Amino acid sequence: MTPSDQPAISASHLVRRFGNFTAVNDVSFRVEKGEIFGFLGPNGSGKTTVIKTLTGLLPLSGGDATVQGIDVRTDPEGVRQNIGYMSQNFSLYSDLTVFENLTFYGRIYGLSPERLRERMDAIVQLNGLGPYLHRLSAQLSGGWKQRLALGCAMLHEPSLIFLDEPTAGIDPVARRQLWDLLFELSAHGITFFVTTHYMDEAERCSHVAYIYFGKVIADGTPDDLRQLPDVNPDKTYRVEISAPHVTQALRAARTIPGIRSATIFGQSVHALIDDSLNLDHLRSQFLNHDVTVAEIRPLAPSLEDVFVELTYKHQAAQEASRG
Amino acid sequence: MDNPFRGFSAVFYKETLHVRRDFATLFFSLIIPILQMLLLGYGIDTNIRQINTVVYNADGRRESRELLDRLRNSDTFHLMRFVNNDKDLNDAIISGKCRVGIKIPVDYSDKLLHQMSAQVLVLIDGSDSSVAGQAINVTTAIGLDESLRRVLATTDTSFAVDMRPKILFNPDSRSPNFFLPGLTAVLLLNVTTFLTAFSIVREKERGTLEQLFVTPVRPMGLLLGKLLPYLGIGFFELSMILFAMRFLFLVPIHGSVLLLACLSLPYIFVSLSLGILISSKATSQAHAMQLAFLTILPSIFFSGYIFPRETMPKFFFFLSYFVPATYFINITRGIILRGASWAHLWSDGLVLCLMGTLLLVIAARRFHNKVIMA
Repeated sequence: MTPSDQPAISASHLVRRFGNFTAVNDVSFRVEKGEIFGFLGPNGSGKTTVIKTLTGLLPLSGGDATVQGIDVRTDPEGVRQNIGYMSQNFSLYSDLTVFENLTFYGRIYGLSPERLRERMDAIVQLNGLGPYLHRLSAQLSGGWKQRLALGCAMLHEPSLIFLDEPTAGIDPVARRQLWDLLFELSAHGITFFVTTHYMDEAERCSHVAYIYFGKVIADGTPDDLRQLPDVNPDKTYRVEISAPHVTQALRAARTIPGIRSATIFGQSVHALIDDSLNLDHLRSQFLNHDVTVAEIRPLAPSLEDVFVELTYKHQAAQEASRG
Repeated sequence: MDNPFRGFSAVFYKETLHVRRDFATLFFSLIIPILQMLLLGYGIDTNIRQINTVVYNADGRRESRELLDRLRNSDTFHLMRFVNNDKDLNDAIISGKCRVGIKIPVDYSDKLLHQMSAQVLVLIDGSDSSVAGQAINVTTAIGLDESLRRVLATTDTSFAVDMRPKILFNPDSRSPNFFLPGLTAVLLLNVTTFLTAFSIVREKERGTLEQLFVTPVRPMGLLLGKLLPYLGIGFFELSMILFAMRFLFLVPIHGSVLLLACLSLPYIFVSLSLGILISSKATSQAHAMQLAFLTILPSIFFSGYIFPRETMPKFFFFLSYFVPATYFINITRGIILRGASWAHLWSDGLVLCLMGTLLLVIAARRFHNKVIMA
């Protein structure tokens, strides 16, 4: 295998136990170079544990993983030298300036003074940190802190960067800007491993995996996942029902036969409908319930739909197996 | 490639910046020990003088008055109250106004004049053992001296045995000379342990430690990089304390200051490593504070700083071998008071070096196993 077609991350059958508790249970996935890989899942489902095993902080209880072609089990130091990592709380030293924070991380990765200056110029340029270079990082707003943290994580030019909930607690503008930056960097060949709770962010990823109680239950491009048979059961389709009074519409939808599930989405109701129930018929059913409906149109499932469906299905399966 | 001290210079750079930014903490951690030193140095005198004394002189004649003069001249007793009955004598002691009561019976002078043995009652409040001990010693000595004089008054011979005690090293028994070298050890421990423990726990609280562990920095590089700036501060602190001791409290330093400086490095190293060990356990600064106090109390009570180690029960005497301050107090008192040299103290220095290394290695392992894996 030549280095160019090596995956950025290859995880096969990862297992991590804490005593009797299995936090990561037979997790496998592959992240290709240049992807933005979204790693999703509810709190406590094992996302951070997977990151810790891939960065060599936690030894694996079973399975194999290579990161950038380096075996995590035998050379965790080598892995850490070749990746960047930004944690949820942008771990910066608030009593140090932007310049000092960057210098510190540059030295940690062993950059020579010339190389450090060069990289710092490039990152300050890219992240627009120029005006704040000599400001204490405590005085930066959330968005700028995040840019600085990202800058610190990529100072040593890693071609793979882990971002653990990078947009938690950040305003929408800064969030959008960060993603623009990620796309730009991704175009330069940098691979990103991102965990997030925001479904709109998941939709932007080129590859997503969904982990639920230590198991990966979905893995593919967002489009692949939308096509999953579990999400689109046979002889059903999805519609978006706009109504002036959405809560009334939802209450009605739950009583109409042929509607399998319904949930509110902003000013409309998303519903999974049996084939046998066509749109005109559906509209008349709503009228029977005295609910005015503005518009009904077919809809592809969103990633949120995908994950909600999969979660329910796995919950049901788990309960069934428990008897 | 595999350098176990990796990241040391980066952490050192960062840590010196923290110290410079947080000038207030630094200032107070340097000034408070000096204030404590001033309080203890001026406030505490272990020599017992002028014990409050109540007297019931039932005799009142010349011989009894001579005895009282001798007690007064000893500088040990302050004859502050004279009473006329046993009840008042007792009450003065029970109420705590006087520590010692002296009753001279009615027939004191008569018995002496008739060459008989005259009794004097000395009541001593035993609630403070050092005061009681001093009172017993001085009254017994005066009684003995008085008796010998009367026996020998007729002849012209001198005492058969003449004990001549000579106190070495601190001839005036000055309290600061005894207290301050020991205090140096306690203050130094106090400051340095807190500083390192806090500097690491702060990173835990902020989450920056987690970030550091995802970099190629190695535990030893991280810990030494954190330790070294504080070693400098500890050393500066020591210089300030020694300066105040020498020029404010006029404690003469009999040995080599250079040797003292050299041997204090391993001690500071031990207390810093202790701070790091604490920080590997503590999850918050408040938690670190409690744990640090846990280490400071044994250093005060079991190191020989206040109570002599030799009088401790066996178990605690054994325990005192594990208290770093024990060795450093021997070093400071040795050099400052006894003029000890390298040949006398090398073993204490060696033990401190070993302790420091051991603590640091344990701390590094704990960081590797507990903190990262958590």
